Amino acid sequence: MLRLLSLALGAAALALGASPAVMAKKKAAPPAEPPAWTTDAYASTYRPVASAPVLISGATVLIGNGERLDGADVLLQEGRIAAVGVGLTAPAGALRVDGSGKWVTPGIIDNHSHLGVYSSPGTESHADGNEMVNPVTAQVWAEHSVWPQDPGFAAALAGGVTTLQLLPGSANLVGGRGVTLKNVPSVDVQGMKFPGAPYGLKMACGENPKRVYGQRGGPMTRMGNVAGYRAAFIEAQEYAKRRAGADPGKRDLKLDTLAAAMAGEIQVHIHCYRADEIALMLDLAREFEFRIASIHHGVEAYKIADRLAGQGVCASLWADWWGFKMEAFDGIQENLVMVDRPPNSCAIVHSDSPEGIQRLNQEAAKAMAAGRRAGIEVAPERAIRWLTQNPARSLGILDQTGTLEAGKMGDVVLWNGTPFSSYALAEKVWIDGALMYDRKDPARQPVSDFHLGQTDSQGGTP
Amino acid sequence: MSARSILFALALLPALAPQHAAAQDFLIRNATVHTATAQGTLPGTDVLVRGGKIAAVGKGLVAEGVEVVDAAGRPLTPTLFGGISGIGLEEVSSEIPTQDAALALGATAKDVVVRPEFDVTLAYNPDSILVPVARVEGIGFTLLTANTAPGGSIIGGQGAMVRLDGSPDTMGPKVLFVSLGGSAAELSGASRAGQWMLLDQLVSELRGEMPAELAHLTPAGRSVLKNYIGGGGRIVFEVNRAADIRQLLRWAAKHHLDIAISGGAEAWRLGAELAAAKVPVFVDALANLPANFDQIHATMENAARLRAAGVAVGFSLAGDSSHNARKNRQLAGNAVAHGLPWEDGLAGLTRVPAEAFGVADRIGSIAVGKSADLVLWSGDPLDVAHTARQVWMQGRAIPMRSRQTELRDRYLRPTPQPEQGQLPYAYPAR
Repeated sequence: MLRLLSLALGAAALALGASPAVMAKKKAAPPAEPPAWTTDAYASTYRPVASAPVLISGATVLIGNGERLDGADVLLQEGRIAAVGVGLTAPAGALRVDGSGKWVTPGIIDNHSHLGVYSSPGTESHADGNEMVNPVTAQVWAEHSVWPQDPGFAAALAGGVTTLQLLPGSANLVGGRGVTLKNVPSVDVQGMKFPGAPYGLKMACGENPKRVYGQRGGPMTRMGNVAGYRAAFIEAQEYAKRRAGADPGKRDLKLDTLAAAMAGEIQVHIHCYRADEIALMLDLAREFEFRIASIHHGVEAYKIADRLAGQGVCASLWADWWGFKMEAFDGIQENLVMVDRPPNSCAIVHSDSPEGIQRLNQEAAKAMAAGRRAGIEVAPERAIRWLTQNPARSLGILDQTGTLEAGKMGDVVLWNGTPFSSYALAEKVWIDGALMYDRKDPARQPVSDFHLGQTDSQGGTP
Repeated sequence: MSARSILFALALLPALAPQHAAAQDFLIRNATVHTATAQGTLPGTDVLVRGGKIAAVGKGLVAEGVEVVDAAGRPLTPTLFGGISGIGLEEVSSEIPTQDAALALGATAKDVVVRPEFDVTLAYNPDSILVPVARVEGIGFTLLTANTAPGGSIIGGQGAMVRLDGSPDTMGPKVLFVSLGGSAAELSGASRAGQWMLLDQLVSELRGEMPAELAHLTPAGRSVLKNYIGGGGRIVFEVNRAADIRQLLRWAAKHHLDIAISGGAEAWRLGAELAAAKVPVFVDALANLPANFDQIHATMENAARLRAAGVAVGFSLAGDSSHNARKNRQLAGNAVAHGLPWEDGLAGLTRVPAEAFGVADRIGSIAVGKSADLVLWSGDPLDVAHTARQVWMQGRAIPMRSRQTELRDRYLRPTPQPEQGQLPYAYPAR
């Protein structure tokens, strides 16, 4: 017992030790070298499940980078994509999966989810997504709200989702940090955290902040919103200067996050519907020298698709949501395909919904169908990028996942046919080379603690 | 009719009923006709439309002097049901002055004010931009719903079917809406048990057993409710939990009600009972999560299991069904992907709602004598990969335009370059 205790204390000391060491380094660093703002005291403990090599053979393979291979094989080894091509040889002991008639894609990535912070069942006690006490709460981190038992995670996995970003809500101008997770069941959020993924920062334009704070000290208007972002970033600029100087003073979590955004250590994600407000956000980013990873919701992004592509800003979009508020009044189903059209574009299908995240492939299919009707044909190998490569880019993890290129994580989905259909079903989902979901095998279907013992009146499990 | 009166009639016609003015006779040649009747699907079949109605269905039909539409084997269906919605009753969900689907007369949210006579169809706006947005997607009709709200009661009021062709009037009998379960418990003293208490009180009141000081109903409300209690009209109960559905079946049997269920996330657990009572269930087939404690046993297989038990299954989106009415066919397609036979998927969007809400004599199927409310599709109508190519209502080809297609077409143009003398987007395209 004593020994266990001292071991535990030792581990704790080690964990604590990491942080002061980095802090000390910060203090010692010359002013020219900006401090690292994003030291992670709540580090990932995710460990992939070990698996034998897997060879999926004879499938239609969408690589995720715009390429398509027919009758091709995908080899997973040691948790990574080992090879994709025709006529691959299975290594000894490999699990073989017949992919004939089926399609293979990279694992689906949703860069806008509130699973775990607004869980199912939706209860007041679990409403943990909006720190609605101040319009700027850059100090809060979504990962500190996550309930890993949200049954929505398993449902999303059955829809092929292997990676997702959980974001704070949009009540605040600056809502806090988002976190990127591998979609694996875990007792704690650290066990889900995507190793090495940068943090996200959630900001919000438009109606939500002014509705929430209009009668609580403001902002009450859109001009109040913009004044709020500017004031926050000005404060963070001064903070960054002070922290880099001889007398760094007290650490401030809120300003840490904003300084990190300006230093490019955090991916900035902005909830913004209207084209005119998106244009203002592009200028805000220029004023404070930060990069916008993605505009989220962007129901009017199609009106300024050229500008978004030209400035390398992604747009995370729904296929067909519209009309639920004024800033969503101009939503059209061709938004995705129109944002996708210009060179260097980065269109993304996102969910913002525990239902939508289960069918991002169908959201893409709807946009493709609307595009076809408008004379814009998008091939499956291109459309899949909206769910894989582009969201990976927006999350800063494209070097690790998002395409089936050799060396990347073995995050793979086997579909019963084309993914772009109402009838598409993910049959098998691998995460880091391990089979984490199999539609035909209940032993490979995670069940949340919440579902245990929820039997019918006769005591059977429905 | 004299020449003068014909002229008079012609002059009036466009102003009075523009939506019917352009109805014409035509022949749809070589379609895959999904009849949504016992006839099922008829490949390579023609449909002849005369006077706004289906005049013939068969192979190799001959009709002199009428326009021919070559379907090239594509699917032809009846127009689809947009679900139980507030199309024409709301424009922008968050803007209260554009909302007319619920009545809240109570001075406080806790006041129970029962107004079954409240009739949302009086607020229906056929010019709503939601109407063309839905119909260009093949959605031809919807059931207008009276929602419940704090300051009202669990009885929302009445709605009816409306055809989305711009006609100002509803097309079927009135339907009464009642909400049950956890989400409605704030309207019944914070307990769902209070809902049965209130409903029993209302029945007592109809029988004249309640003292006037305890009465809830106005004379108009008594007259309306009396019609429904006893089976004189369809009552739609919004309810999800199996236990609540069980209570509902008992209560409905006791009072000989004619009911339907919307939501029904756990209805599959009572499939046999619902089938025996002939209760149609309108499900949101995508609602598979335990979103609240009323639907712990929600499953993607709800529709398939209900149908296998013999229940008539229709579809209706639980969320913003007005703006998203076009999503209803995605519900059907996903139900099919989870075990529902395809023909039942289509029926849930056509015949089942038409029969449940009293308009099956006109719409909901392709058969001789039925109204020519038809959709020609680019492919499988239950698959989101396909879209409606042409919609007809009462034989009139609907312009496949909406505010959304106008926005699309404006911004499909290249970004205007002022240096080259090009005017901003706001000017009409040259």
